[in-house]
Formats: sequence, structure tokens, C-alpha cells
Amino acid sequence: MRRFLLIRGLQSLLVLAIMSFVIYALIGLMPGDPIDLMISADPRMTAADAARLRALYGLDLPLTERYWNWLTAALSGDLGYSRLFGKPVLQTLLPALKNSLVLLGTAFLLAVTIAIPLGTLAAARPRSAVDYGINLFAFAGISIPSFWLALMLIIVFAVLLGWLPAGGIAPPGAGLLEHLRYMLLPALTLTIVSVGSYSRYTRSSMMEVLRQDYIRTARAKGASQGRVVWKHGLRNAMIPVVTILALDFGFLFSGALITETIFSWPGMGKLIFDAVMGNDFNLALVALLFATGVTLAGNLLADICYAWLDPRIVIGGDTS
Amino acid sequence: MNSNSPFVLAMRRFRRHKLAMASGVLLLAMIGTVVCAPLFEMLLGVDANQVDLFNQKAPPSAEHPLGTDELGRDVLLRSMYGGRVSLFTGLVAALAAGTIGTIIGLLAGYFGGRLDAILMRTTDSVIALPLLPLLIVLAAIDLSKLGLPRDLIESSMISFYRIIIIVALVGWTTVARLVRGATLSLKEREFVMAAEGVGASHFHIMFRHIFPNLISPIIVAVTLSVGNVILLESVLSFLGLGIQPPVPSWGNMLTNAQELVWDAPMLAVYPGLLIFITVIAVNFLGDGLQDAFDPKAES
Repeated sequence: MRRFLLIRGLQSLLVLAIMSFVIYALIGLMPGDPIDLMISADPRMTAADAARLRALYGLDLPLTERYWNWLTAALSGDLGYSRLFGKPVLQTLLPALKNSLVLLGTAFLLAVTIAIPLGTLAAARPRSAVDYGINLFAFAGISIPSFWLALMLIIVFAVLLGWLPAGGIAPPGAGLLEHLRYMLLPALTLTIVSVGSYSRYTRSSMMEVLRQDYIRTARAKGASQGRVVWKHGLRNAMIPVVTILALDFGFLFSGALITETIFSWPGMGKLIFDAVMGNDFNLALVALLFATGVTLAGNLLADICYAWLDPRIVIGGDTS
Repeated sequence: MNSNSPFVLAMRRFRRHKLAMASGVLLLAMIGTVVCAPLFEMLLGVDANQVDLFNQKAPPSAEHPLGTDELGRDVLLRSMYGGRVSLFTGLVAALAAGTIGTIIGLLAGYFGGRLDAILMRTTDSVIALPLLPLLIVLAAIDLSKLGLPRDLIESSMISFYRIIIIVALVGWTTVARLVRGATLSLKEREFVMAAEGVGASHFHIMFRHIFPNLISPIIVAVTLSVGNVILLESVLSFLGLGIQPPVPSWGNMLTNAQELVWDAPMLAVYPGLLIFITVIAVNFLGDGLQDAFDPKAES
């Protein structure tokens, strides 16, 4: 087990290292470079000035050398300066991270609280009207374009009814209720989109468990349907579900990019989008790498959960 | 006894799946409609790309059954032409991703050993990446910095090619895993050993003996991924990074929707509704095919 974790951890680090280079190279392929931006800001600059500046900032070096310079600076704590926000990268990253965690945490909890009972209900009575209804709802959740769902929620609750703000975040110093009003629509969007797939995972995992022998034993001993499903079944059905949830939590960080952008929620997703679109190379690079790291960590966490929750599973093949 | 071949049996099971049948019919009708878009254009006597600044955001009328958009163009016709782009992109990109996935899965499963380890660790790593932000970066890169010829970069098809390549680059993992798993068990079967015995080449065994047995799971996986690709295309186009106007796609028709929600909310409703209906129909269809091809799986 320990060996397995070590190997998986090293593998994740290797992927992160490779991705740092890939992302660095991709960012270099974005339109324009920092000197182009300086030229557009100062029309008197000559071509010779531009070339001198490129040499000064090391932009004329080959890609691998530029990457190495960036990497050594980054590892020693110098992540650079965000052009868009006029602040060091780390100082723009941390508040965005906090905002994302608040929004995503809420949506994640809501989705799990709704989806697990729904999936269990559907599995307890397969092919019933309840099952079909839940299935239909789950398919709708999987198939709806999240940006369109967000627009529809804005049309209904902000435009037609005027109950909720169409976007943004509560001004500093506002009360809890005000914060909730701003968070409701983005959180609802994320919840609706996730409930579909979570409830389907729960249902299929539950169906699998309900076919097991110990469930038959429990029934034979006269346990009620409710007790069998919710007590004996659910605990075991949760093992694969928890794994998938851990996996998904990593993705949520970047997956909320669209929702955050539409609702102008100043989180990580919107930050990445703004940085990429606004040619803020330093910020885009670090934010993307951070998202990659979180997603990889989520994957690692999923593996750990799987091994930890189910003692029958021995991973790594070192059992002999 | 041709009538009881596995395929016929599968089709019989599929036909019992009413929702999937209805979805299939709906998708066929939709494809028929968008293919006939020029016909409707003639019937209505309106040009789909005709900008009419005196007739912006008009309500539905006999001339414009769904009204006009913010530039006075006919919404119905643009939805049809947008559907052509969105459906075609979805199909082609899903097929491209499926092809790459099949080849990688076959190679990994058939040859095993170190090649398998490398390919599968790569697959795991691609799955573990935050796809959406990376897709946005890929969609935003400046193609002239890649040294591509100028006339290609300026052609109107470039945003279409770009979407397909981007989707194919990241979308092959599901099929690759599926195909690898199935290949691992198939290569131990007698008919593969028989083929090896008579001296068939690796290539011949992989594509003539193993691949035909994989077709039904691949069809299911590709069908299910068409829905995801349509969603992906619509998101990228919505953000202005996918199909570039004036060519309409369901995604880019929504690009300006966020400003329009206040005075012409219906313009934000139609294209998204079409995406939603299409994707849910594709998913029902894939689900039905899955049940039909795999009678053991109880869904």
C-alpha cells in the first residue's frame, strides 16, 4: 500500500513537471508577447528598442532555456507579476482560490446531499416510475449546456422575477444573507449540472451491491427493505461513489470556469479565463499549473479513498 | 437462420427501448432539417446571412418565424445552418477521437508489456488533466507562431479544423481504455491463436480478427461522446474560441446572449434549447444502444 502510494505520488509529480513545460510552451504560442504589449503602449518605441528589451528579458533565448529560467525563479518563490491586476501573481491567486472554494464547496455539498438519496431511491425500485423519473432528470443534468443553464437562470430569476442579482459578488462588509443572494444562482447552476452524474453513479453502484449475497442474507433474516437498502446497501455502495466524488472535486476547480465567468464570480476559473484572454502570461501560467496540480491531487485522493475504504482491494500487485 | 444473428437480436432489444427509438427518430429528423436548410431558405425567400439593421431583434412574423437577431438576421435559418456546423463537428470530432482511441487501445492491449504501460500511463495522465482550461489555451494559441501556411490560417475552415483537432487530442481516452480491456481478453481466444498459427501478421490479427469484435462497444462509446463533443464545441464557440462568426454554430449564436437577456431573452433560449435537445437525444440513443448490445448489463 505504501509503495503503491509512493509510486502514484511520484507519477503525479512527473505529470505535473511535464505539464509545466507543456503549459509554458503553449503560453508562448499565445498571440503577442510582453514586448508587443509594451510596443502597443508606447508608439515611439523602435524595432531596435524592442530587440534590446527582448534580450534584456531573455525572450530571445531558446524555449528550453526560457523555461529553465522561469522554473528556477518560480521554485525560489518568484512567480512574477500579474499584468492584468498589477499585483504579484500569488496575491491575485489567493483571494480567487478562497472565492472558488466557497462557491464550489457549497455546490458540491448540495449536489451530494441531493444526488445520493436520489440514486439510492432509483436503485431500490428499479424500473419503477420513480426510477424512470430520476433517470430522466439525471440525463437532463448531464446533457444541459452549463452556460445555457446559467443564462436561463439569469433570465428567470434576475430578468423576469428580479429576485436575485445577475452576477458579481457581494460588496465587502455585506451580511451573510447578501452573500448568499449573490451565490445562489452560480451554486444552483453547478449543483444541477453535477446532480445528474452523481445520482447515476450512486444508482449503478447501489444496483451492484443489492445483488450481493450479504444483501440476500439480510433479507432472509427479515430485515425490512428500508433497512436493507439504507443500512446494509448504502455503506458499501458509497465506496466507488466516494472515489468518483474525490476525482470530481479536483475537476470542479477548473470546471467552474464557465459558471464563474458568466456570473462574474471572481474565482479560479474566471481568473484563468481572464488571464488567458487578457495575455496575462505570468498569471495564466501559474493559475493553469495550480489547476493541474489540484486535479492531479484529486486523482491521487480518489485512489487513496478507494484503497482505504475497501479492505478487499490490494493495489500494486505486491501481495505474493 | 440469419434472422437470429447477434445484430438482429440487438436491434430487436433496441426497438423495445422506446426513449432511445424516439431519440433516434428525432435526431434523424433534425439532421434532415439542417441538411435541407438551403431549401427552407428558398421557401422563406430570406438570406440566412443577410444583415438588416432596420429590423433588429424583431418579434416572430410570417417572414421570420422565430424573429431576427441583434443584427437583423433570421433566427430560424441561422439555427438550421448553425445546426449543420454543430452536428457535423460533433460527429466528425467524435469519430476522429474514436479512431485514435481504437488504435491506441488495440496497440496497448495486443502488444502488452512496456508499450502497454507507456500508453496506459499516458491515458491516465490525460484523464487527470483539467481539460477545460487547457482547451481554452489550445483554442487561443496563435497558429502563425506554429509556422502554419498563411492561406490555411486565414481560410474560413480553420476554426472548424481546430475544434476537431482539439477534441481528438483529448477525447480519445475513454475509447482507448475500453478497447484495450476488450483486446486483452480477445487476444487469448482460440480464433486469435488459430490466426497466429497460420502465420497471420500482427496487423492482420488486430484489424481483421480483433477489431470486428470491438465494433459494438466502440459504436456505443462514440455515440455517447458525440453529445460531449457538441457540448464542448458549444462552450468554446460561446466563449468566442470555437467556430468563428459569421459562420453560425449553436454555441456562437449565444456569444452575445448575455447582453441580450435583458431585451430579447428568446434569442438566448433557442440555440441552447437545440443543443440541450440534441445532446439529451444522443445520450438516450447511446444508452439504448448500450443496453441492446450488452444484454447482461442491467441498466
